[in-house]
Amino acid sequence: MRRYILVRALYSVVTLWLLVTIIFGLVRLTGDPVEMKAEAGADAAYVARLKHDWGLDQSLPRQYLSFLGNLLQGDFGHSFEKSLPVRDIYFERLPNSLKLGFAAFVISIVLGVPLGMLSALKVNSWWDSVGKGIALFGLSMPGFFVGLVLIIVFGIQLGWLPVLGKGRSAFVGSDPSTWVLFWFKDWSHLIMPAFALGWYFSGAMLRITRSGMLDVLGSDYIKLVRLKGVPERMVVAKHAFKNSMIPVLTFAGLNLLIIVNFAVVIEVIFNWPGVGQLLYDGLSNRDFPMVQGVVLMSGLMIVVLNFAIDVLYGYVDPRIRLSR
Amino acid sequence: MATVLERAPSLGGLSRVARRSYRLVADVPAIPLLIVAALTFVAIFAPVLAPHGKLTPVKPTPEQCQAKFGTPSCPYVDNLPPFWFKGGSIDTPLGTDFLGRDVLSRLMYGARISLVVALTGTLFAGAIGTLLGVLAGYMGKWWDQIIMRVTDAWLTLPSLVFAILLSSVRGPGVWNVVLILALVFWSRYSRAVRGEVLALRERDFVKLAEINGIPTRTIIFRHLMPNVMNSVMVLFSLQVGVAVIIEASLSFLGVGVPPPEPSWGLMMAQERESLMDGKWWLAVFPGIGITMLVLSANMLGDWLRVRLDPQLRNR
Repeated sequence: MRRYILVRALYSVVTLWLLVTIIFGLVRLTGDPVEMKAEAGADAAYVARLKHDWGLDQSLPRQYLSFLGNLLQGDFGHSFEKSLPVRDIYFERLPNSLKLGFAAFVISIVLGVPLGMLSALKVNSWWDSVGKGIALFGLSMPGFFVGLVLIIVFGIQLGWLPVLGKGRSAFVGSDPSTWVLFWFKDWSHLIMPAFALGWYFSGAMLRITRSGMLDVLGSDYIKLVRLKGVPERMVVAKHAFKNSMIPVLTFAGLNLLIIVNFAVVIEVIFNWPGVGQLLYDGLSNRDFPMVQGVVLMSGLMIVVLNFAIDVLYGYVDPRIRLSR
Repeated sequence: MATVLERAPSLGGLSRVARRSYRLVADVPAIPLLIVAALTFVAIFAPVLAPHGKLTPVKPTPEQCQAKFGTPSCPYVDNLPPFWFKGGSIDTPLGTDFLGRDVLSRLMYGARISLVVALTGTLFAGAIGTLLGVLAGYMGKWWDQIIMRVTDAWLTLPSLVFAILLSSVRGPGVWNVVLILALVFWSRYSRAVRGEVLALRERDFVKLAEINGIPTRTIIFRHLMPNVMNSVMVLFSLQVGVAVIIEASLSFLGVGVPPPEPSWGLMMAQERESLMDGKWWLAVFPGIGITMLVLSANMLGDWLRVRLDPQLRNR
């Protein structure tokens, strides 16, 4: 077991390092940020100073090494655009993303899991067709289209919900009174983006739940329980439910991270100030440290989660930890 | 389990080959197939079918100019409604956009962009990913370590974010989007194919080929590749829909297909202003196009998956 964990940890570190390197290279291929900030014909001294301030006058290997060194100390560098540490900007935006992400996540679970169960329990029935249909639509309708339709119907035609922004509530780190209240304010702003974002994932959730449940219902131990004459309701509630939730939970954890970190399009449509917008703005301004920071933070979260899942699986299932 | 065979009606008079090939397609879901066929037809023959050009404004009638600007002649009339609304005209059945171009014609050309970009992008991704997957699985050792670690790192980034990142490297452009799709999605294939090859490698026919001294290249291309094609095809069919959505999203964000080309995603983004004026149809039509295409692609992909993998029947 210890060897298995060590190997998995090593893999995670290598994955992260590769990710850092890929991002570092890709960002630098996007073009020269100095050119963007200083207009054509700008003072040569000004250009030189910008280059020096941003550390772009050093050779690439040096830039790379100092970037790695700073990362190891938890320093993502300073944003070119805002001259603030990337870490501070990121953590200021993160609560907004979390709020949107959690709401979308809850929607995806509430829609996906019960329907998926129903679909699996009444397999090949009318309910099943409805469930499959919803899952297909969820996976086929792009989130930004759902967002636009919502805006048209509820924002413009009916005028029930505000179309842009997140409302005036803010999460302020230094003000503990906002820590709890923040999550419960301005729901009218939250509903549409959360639904547009959760839509796709509810389709995915429905599918996973359905196939997980079908797997369990077809297994030998459920057949045995049925043979014993246990009522069907108990078979599902007591024996099948728990086991069918294993793949759902694994998938849900990963989904939550993806929802929180990468709602770029939805955040742009609804002008929601989350980390996705930070990434989008960073890319349009060629703000290297910003882009690197956002992508790496989310990469880090996903790698850590994957590592945790691997370890848990290895712990539960000896076949997995011995096969590698 | 044998639903496919039971459902096929008897075809006594036909030759064996014809019967076989009929059984192969007997249970293709008809509606998605029709939609994909229709969209493909429209995409191929867009220049013939489209009533107007994709980039030039429609020449308005004097009445339309009078109604809009109060003068008998004008270069174009923008934001005409579809024909079933007041002020619409059958000449431009779905109305005109913010530059007075015919929406229907642009939608038809848009089908072309969506299909070509998604199909070629996915095709390239499949080719790269399959090759790397077979190499990793069959060669093992360092090949495996290097290819799979890169694949892992690649899979860490969700596809859309990766695509946006790459698009800012390459700038907007139709073929850049194809390149981006290929670069983002190859890792899906290499992961799946490697797993299959690991199992195939231990099979007798591969072992015998090795013992007979058949060169590695021949083993890879003649013995391994054909055996992983089933999964690759299934993965391909399921990825096409995702590729359509990614292309639309990139174009929607303004980093995919550049204007004035009529990409569906771009058309939706351009009409966000008129959305606020209550002209909802301009953004909704391209959205319906995207949804229909992705929906049918996904349904066909699901069908293929079940068809090629008997374990999944009745799922």
